[in-house]
Formats: sequence, C-alpha cells, structure tokens
Amino acid sequence: MSVRRLAEVQPESFAFTPENEAFAEAIVKKYPEGREASAVISLLWQAQKQNDYWLPKPAIEAVANRLGMSYIRVLEVATFYTMFNLAPVGRFYVQLCGTTPCLLCGSDEIKAVLRRRVGEEAQVSADGNFSWREVECLGACCNAPMVQINDDYYEDLTPENFETLLDDLAADRPVKIGSQTGRVTSEPAGRLTSLTSLYGADGRSGPLSLPQSKKP
Amino acid sequence: MLEDKDRIFTNLYGFGDWGLKGALARGAWDNTKKLIDKGKDWIIGEMKASGLRGRGGAGFPTGLKWSFMPKADPARPSYLVVNADESEPGTCKDREIMRNDPHLLIEGCFVACFAMEAHACYIYIRGEYILERERLEAAIAQAYEAKLVGKNNIHGWPFDIYVHHGAGAYICGEETALLESLEGKKGMPRLKPPFPANMGLYGCPTTVNNVESIAVAPTILRRGGAWFAGFGAKNNSGTKLFCISGHVNKPCNVEEAMSIPFRELIDKHCGGVRGGSDNLLAVIPGGSSVPLVPAHEIIDAAMDFDTLRDLKSGLGTAAVIVMDKSTDIVRAIARLSYFYKHESCGQCTPCREGTGWLWRVVSRMAEGRAHKREIDILLEVTTQIEGHTICALGDAAAWPVQGLIRHFRHEIERRIDQYAANPHPEPLKGFEVAAE
Repeated sequence: MSVRRLAEVQPESFAFTPENEAFAEAIVKKYPEGREASAVISLLWQAQKQNDYWLPKPAIEAVANRLGMSYIRVLEVATFYTMFNLAPVGRFYVQLCGTTPCLLCGSDEIKAVLRRRVGEEAQVSADGNFSWREVECLGACCNAPMVQINDDYYEDLTPENFETLLDDLAADRPVKIGSQTGRVTSEPAGRLTSLTSLYGADGRSGPLSLPQSKKP
Repeated sequence: MLEDKDRIFTNLYGFGDWGLKGALARGAWDNTKKLIDKGKDWIIGEMKASGLRGRGGAGFPTGLKWSFMPKADPARPSYLVVNADESEPGTCKDREIMRNDPHLLIEGCFVACFAMEAHACYIYIRGEYILERERLEAAIAQAYEAKLVGKNNIHGWPFDIYVHHGAGAYICGEETALLESLEGKKGMPRLKPPFPANMGLYGCPTTVNNVESIAVAPTILRRGGAWFAGFGAKNNSGTKLFCISGHVNKPCNVEEAMSIPFRELIDKHCGGVRGGSDNLLAVIPGGSSVPLVPAHEIIDAAMDFDTLRDLKSGLGTAAVIVMDKSTDIVRAIARLSYFYKHESCGQCTPCREGTGWLWRVVSRMAEGRAHKREIDILLEVTTQIEGHTICALGDAAAWPVQGLIRHFRHEIERRIDQYAANPHPEPLKGFEVAAE
C-alpha cells in the first residue's frame, strides 16, 4: 500500500470539454444500465489527461456527479490506483520501472540520470519540463530497462540513449517510441530464432513481412 | 524445437500486419462458423482434450473452467472477462498478443463466449498499456465493421466485446479484484466462495481467463485438442509464450513447446546466459511470485508446471528472470518485497503489515545489518502471511523470500558476518525506492 493524498493547492473548478463530455457518454454506454460506476476509471483518466496529467479534487467531484456516485467512492478510487497523479507533474512525466527485471538490467543508472538532470523524485524541474517517479513493473521486461513518458514506452535504455531522448523531448524534436536500440518489439536482437519461415531471419524478407518494413 | 507451422502466435514480433487483413492471411477468423456449428459441448470437450492449463499463473485447466458456467438465464446474463492486467514482474507476453495479433484474442473471445452461452465480453487491460489498448480497440472496430462480431454478425451468435482499462494496480490481476475494479470500485479481492462462475461481474455468472488462454483457443479448435496435447510432457501440454528477461545475451519473448529444457530455451533463443552457463546464479522461472531456483537445479530442468513444482517453484506465467553471478541476489529479492509492499491492497492485516515488514528486514539483510537469528524469524513470519489472506498476494510475497532463505542462507550469513566485522552508522544505501 502507499499513502496518497490530494494536493494542497487545488484549482477552483473543473469541467469536461465538450469533446470529453461526448467521450464520457460513449464510455458509459459500454456498461449495462444502472452500472454507470464501471466507467469511473476511464472518466478519471480522461479528466487527468485534460488537466495536464494530474487529477484535481474538482475533477474527482465532477466525475462523481457525472456518474451519480458519492464523492467518497470516487475519491477512494482516485487514491487507490497509482496512475492517477494527485499533484502537478512535468510536461513530460517519466515513470521509471524499477522492479527486479529492470533492476537487473540497469535501471539504477537510468535513475541516476533522472536524479542528475531532473532532480529528486516527484519534483517538477525548474523549467516545468520534467518530473519522474519510480513505479512498479510496467510489463516490458524483455526490453529492460525502460520508462514510460506520458503515454508512451521507451525501451532498451542506456544512460547515453536516455540522455539523448530527454534532450530531444525537451527541445520538442521528434523521438522514436519503443526500443531505443532498433528492435521492433521484443524479438531477440539481431536475428530471429523463430518465425523465420514467415518473416526471414531479419524479419523483413519473408512472405508475410510488411511491405514498408522490407525496406532497410 | 517447435517448428513455425506449429506456432500459434505467427505475428508475435509485429513484423507482419496486425490488422484484420494480415490476421485473415495468417488464418484467423477462418470459417469460425464451422467451429461454433459443432456446438458448445464439442468446444468444451476439445478444450479439455487439449490439456490447456490457464496461462495466467495458476495453471487451472481452461476447458474445465468453462464447463463450470451455469445454463443461460435471461435474468442473469453470463459474462466472459479477459484478464489483460499483465503486471506480474517479468511478464510481457500478453502485450505482444494485443498489439501484434489482436484478432487472435478477439476470435478467442467469440468462441469462448459461445461455449459459455455469454453474449458480452469485457477485456480488462492494464492502464499503462495505452498503445496496446488503442490497437485492440482498433482491431475490435475492424471486426465490428466486417460483421465478425456484433449483434448481427455473420456467425449468428449475438456478441459484443468491450475494452475496459485499469489505472495501475497489480492486485487487479487477481480475478475477483479485477471484477471489483470493473464494477468501479477499489481493486480489493472478494472472499470465495461464491466463485465468479456463480456470482461474478454485476452478480452474474462470469469466467475470467488470461489473454493467452483465450487467444490459443481458436487454433486449438481448428487443429484439434490432440494436436495441442502433443506438445510437452503429460499434464503440461501445449505451446507456451516464454518471456525471458534479465542476464541473458538477447532477452526476448518466444513461443516454444512446453517442457523445453531451460538450457535449450536460453541457448536457442536468447544467445545463452551472459558470460556463459557457468556464470548462472539463479533463475526465477515463472514471474516474481514464484521462488527462485539455483543454477544447478534449473539448468537442465524441463520448463513446465509439474517439474518446476517439484523444484519447489512454479511455471507461473513463464516469465523467466535470469540472474548471473554478478547479481546482488538479496537486493534483487528485497526489491520484489518492496513490490509486494507497494501493491498490497491493504485489506488483510497479515499482508498489509507483513509485506512492509518483509521488505524492511530483507533490505537490512541485503547490507548484512541483521542478526543471524533473524533469518529464522523472517522465515517464520513468511509462513504467518502465507495462507492467511483472502487472495494469493500474501503467498506471492512470502514465496520469493522463502526461496531466498532456502537457497542463499549462506549468502545472507556471509553479509551479516561482513557487516559485523566492520559496522558503520551510515544509513541504508543502495536501496532507494519511493519515499514512504
């Protein structure tokens, strides 16, 4: 368990944008009548995205009103699930996986880069660009170490390519999502050891390989 | 070694097209109507004959689970819920299915729902998998468009499929916590009985299955249960996705036959252990919840449920975490203890208090700042947590520590001696995790 509390400084109010209001309506329809509460996580998540990736108290209340739930029920959901940020985060919110598979592959070095460049955990950097947290297993263990920045995974990190990634993000240059060492997903680096009859040893020369990936 | 023609996940790495066109070319949705025309009893019979054991960790026979569902009752509709809350440390297989071959999963949901007389399916995907969720939603939209699913689909069994996401809670991988979360509550496991097959989602009959268990079903039905049962040792049949991480030269996901020897798995697909097989220290063979197995016991062991159980560990999710001799083994396990402390839902006292206690003691031991008698106290406390909680998270927190003491007690004692010879007042270091 972790103790999670709402931020001390809260905005006055929160209201869904018309687009998000339409989104909420579509989400609620996924569940049977009378089971609107099922939509609570999706709506809180949408509220968080609308509010610069953190969830203020008025948003929690707005979701409760929208779904006809009591405030306390929504508040306990918002504090239970750790993806809800209860305080402001940087423009790029870095979640560093530190669980054992990543630890074995060098997440400490990635953490050292964050400490040096961004500062202590959960603090937003002076320019507002970055903040970071160590989180539990993000489920990309074959591509360890890795981080999630806002919505996207960045994998196969080294201190060097991670520094480049942070530089590029801060300067708003385009970055490559996923592996930073050229792997496509979680295949063995270099050459395939299975599915070669379908994709060739390089993955790009078999009968089922995607046309665009056939180009080097 | 498993041949490509016997592999089910033919786009595991995403080198091919994830969309409907690519999936059709690889054989998904191929005359699905013929499968369901054979009837639900035939489907459940084939699933039982295949010997498929659930791929989410516990290894419960999937066909048997499906047969527990009661007859359809209009007042209490049946549900299939797919557990895609993949968060067991070391496990990253379902992610590849959902982003690279989502139609295998969608077709699997359809036939499973037909077999259990359900008309609705929810896929509960972990919140962090955002790209995977969007990919899955796009694939479902394609399936609706092609009338493969939906109220008036071409197969004649009304069926709706929805994606629901979580928001970062490992405990929601426990089936009843998942149902609570799906109902819009905190993910706190329910007492069983009643089991979900009688009283599940919204109080209705529900079956919860892992992504991989569902995604392999259509291929099993097309090729026959006997085909699937032909791989692996008795009672451990089939093909399986292994996720190999840690100290191997080329970590990867790979589909292999069950019961493949550990050495063959690592040498063929992962370029061997870093520094050679003599450099292997220990392996966690089934995700963080199972006890580690030392090198000499695992190296030639068959990777399946029964062999690993006999080694006092388990196949779990087949997430193989390899540790070479450079590993600080006590710290590696201490980090897992922190994981369980962080992810305990807080409902049962032995787990809520015990996981934190384990973490504090094991991290002291990582630096040798303990007494040797505390090792036995620690072991005793793990047995007080294990089996005394509503769900298996308490057990999962206890087992890695028990495995550590069973096989590396000498290492803990060595560190205690080392520290005792040179005590110092500095704060615990080398183990920095989120502030309490």
